[in-house]
Amino acid sequence: MSILTDPPKESFRPSMLIYDTRYRSMTIQVIALIGFLILVGWLISNTAQNLAELGKEPSFGFLSEPAGYDINQRLLDYDNQNSHFRAALIGLLNTLLVAFLGCITATILGVIIGVLRLSSNWLIARLMTIYVEMFRNVPVLLWIVFIMAILIESLPAPRDFRGDTPEATMNVFDSVAVTNRGVYVPEPLFHNSLGNIHLFGDAAVRFDISLDLVAFLIVLGGSLFASTKIRIWADKTQEATGLRPTTWHMRSAVVILPSLLLLVLLGFHLGYPALKGFNFQGGIHMRNSLIALWLALSLYTAAFIAEIVRAGILAISKGQTEAASALGLRPKRIMNLVVLPQALRVIIPPLISNYLNLTKNSSLAIAVGYMDLTGTLMGITMNQTGRELETVMLGMLVYLTISLVISGFMNWYNNRVKLVER
Amino acid sequence: MSDISFVRREMLPPKDPPASEVGVVGWIRANLFSGWLNSVLTIASLYFIIRVLMGLLGWAVVPTWSATSLTECRSIFEELGRHGHNAGACWGVISERWNQLLFGFYPRELQWRPVLDFLLLGVALAPVLFSDKVPAKLIYFTAIYPFVMPWLLWGGTIWTPVAVALGFVIAYAIFKMLAEKTSELIAMIASVVVALVWWLFLASLFSSALAAVIPLALEPVESRQFGGFMLSITIGVVAIGLSLPIGIVLALGRQSDLLIVKTLCVGFIEFIRGVPLITLLFVASTLLNIFMPPGTNFDIIMRVFIMVTLFASAYMAEVIRGGLAALPKGQYEGADSLGLNYWQAQRLIIMPQALKISIPGIVSTFIGVFKDTTLVSVIGLFDPLNLTNAIRADADWNGLVWELYGFIALLFFVFCFGMSRYSMYLERKLQTGHR
Repeated sequence: MSILTDPPKESFRPSMLIYDTRYRSMTIQVIALIGFLILVGWLISNTAQNLAELGKEPSFGFLSEPAGYDINQRLLDYDNQNSHFRAALIGLLNTLLVAFLGCITATILGVIIGVLRLSSNWLIARLMTIYVEMFRNVPVLLWIVFIMAILIESLPAPRDFRGDTPEATMNVFDSVAVTNRGVYVPEPLFHNSLGNIHLFGDAAVRFDISLDLVAFLIVLGGSLFASTKIRIWADKTQEATGLRPTTWHMRSAVVILPSLLLLVLLGFHLGYPALKGFNFQGGIHMRNSLIALWLALSLYTAAFIAEIVRAGILAISKGQTEAASALGLRPKRIMNLVVLPQALRVIIPPLISNYLNLTKNSSLAIAVGYMDLTGTLMGITMNQTGRELETVMLGMLVYLTISLVISGFMNWYNNRVKLVER
Repeated sequence: MSDISFVRREMLPPKDPPASEVGVVGWIRANLFSGWLNSVLTIASLYFIIRVLMGLLGWAVVPTWSATSLTECRSIFEELGRHGHNAGACWGVISERWNQLLFGFYPRELQWRPVLDFLLLGVALAPVLFSDKVPAKLIYFTAIYPFVMPWLLWGGTIWTPVAVALGFVIAYAIFKMLAEKTSELIAMIASVVVALVWWLFLASLFSSALAAVIPLALEPVESRQFGGFMLSITIGVVAIGLSLPIGIVLALGRQSDLLIVKTLCVGFIEFIRGVPLITLLFVASTLLNIFMPPGTNFDIIMRVFIMVTLFASAYMAEVIRGGLAALPKGQYEGADSLGLNYWQAQRLIIMPQALKISIPGIVSTFIGVFKDTTLVSVIGLFDPLNLTNAIRADADWNGLVWELYGFIALLFFVFCFGMSRYSMYLERKLQTGHR
């Protein structure tokens, strides 16, 4: 009878660090880490030495100094006596604004174009192919400056709106003025306004919240909640009795009526832009730089989104639709219950990474003079203060944060809808 | 009583389909007017196409090719009876300045060098792209090309690229020598260290000594004379050529089990992908010299090369990681069961398949990087887009927009569209029936 014993435990010898695969991975990692640390240390020591020679100790004190430059397109109040930090914040909000607007229009356009590219109409499908190839194969920076040039060169100047027989007229019932200095749209105004709340006093992050908007959002949220309740009640009734009560009129009334009532109570009206002196006054002024950037980013990204949507629809095999209709589902329900959930799994991840690209591409605003984060913090602030290291690092950090938030969301979504495999 | 009913004995030939369902008419009915909605769409888009084409052709087809200034173009339009701001295209600017748009401020008499360089690029790429149509020996030229290319573009003594190449030869020799005697790990570390020592300290001595003895040199060209499409293509080719190996290493690092290596690779990739290229270019233009030892001053194009390469390699790493992840697990297990070690398995089994799967991604990364080279105009390099400003600064062409932008857009379109079509061809060619 033999007794199985463990092989004798080898004692550790230094040569095992190289020849034994169990330990070799440790060696490799330690070497990689040391190499990395040496590289980083070398870069930091170089930087410190260079900065000391230039007499620029790294410090973020410049952020609280007065910026001294104006930002013409902004969401919060700002003047040139505000700090560089405030200017950077305005820039960041401008970046987020154009990214947000761009994502919405790019998605709408992209979905329409992607679906039309699959159209049975030969001419439409070809036109959409031309659109996609045209926008995908030309740099986005070229589109931005191109559209900016179109806006400046071909739109009427404000003075063309003057006189009894003007060369140009305002659009949409005389409410929107499209000029080569930007687009003027009506602004919402209230007769019995509730006023604003001012947050954060005099701090650099101060901002005002319109109480009218808050009240409107609260009412809208409440009515949407009530509408959801009605849907749940309808679902329950359907499960209990097999008959679904008609709810659309109740739901739309619940959503629309309270909001309308609130608007009437607040005395809602529109402030129209009007030509005064050399320029339009009143209304919301969207500058050409914003419009050009917004349009170019939307059109460019829409071409990519169109391809994603097309691929997503093509990825669902015909058998799925046929099987669903064999089960007796109606076309609308087939789309909602069978095709869309599967297509979205294919569409959403690349869609979000395109949103990310759009946000990053919005940094090209500097080419048309739109004051986004690149234009303020990494543009004028950097040139005025000479703080290259701090401004560029800070700007990169902000962009990195935006990207990581978006891609974190994408990973969360991916894990939620992922098919579980072996 | 036999024949009370008639039964047909022979088949009738099938009738032709109705004339409205076949031929041109049938095709038009099926594809353009198959319902009221489709008909409306067709007519609307026909109207749109005709309007755009008429406007565009009316603007573009004008005899202004030999005009030497915008005022001359304007007088030509006056003779034609056209008035207004955008009466027609002034093509004279393209015929006068196309050379500048292609080569920037590169000396006219030396322009054969970039042209030769890009022809040689074609030769060097041939063994990779059309492996079945050219002799396999050509791959040696592909290996030499990375050293020939900068020499032709920048000029200077031939011994600098030779010295750089020699660093690789020395490293390889040391690796071969030591790998047999000791382990591969030691050999690799030793060869890297020796190569670094050679490049940092000995190579310049070697090249200056040889240049003094055998002066073989081309006339040097300064980086700031580079411009136009030559600059775009150079940045694109350098960035992709260098980012492919770096990207492979990063992708392998990201896939590996070694925690520290993996963390470093993931950190690098996510950092680069998380920031816009333009901030990296700001780093190139303002910070890179601060990061280097005091006194180093390498020129702006070199710094742009470095940052664009880092940018491209992060994207390349993700593309290749996608290819690695798409390989069935059985391929890895099969390689292990054959007893191949890590690098053998990668070289013989994994990479050939993973790279093949990644071809569309690699090409689209290349297209993306090539398009992104226009961003260097923001930091003041004279790429085609920035050259338009230089051209407009000339009093003769002040005020021209559409002709220049249109020409540049067309060239970019031709390049990028051609590449995407090539990638489709390559995908079909390499398709082996299974995925």
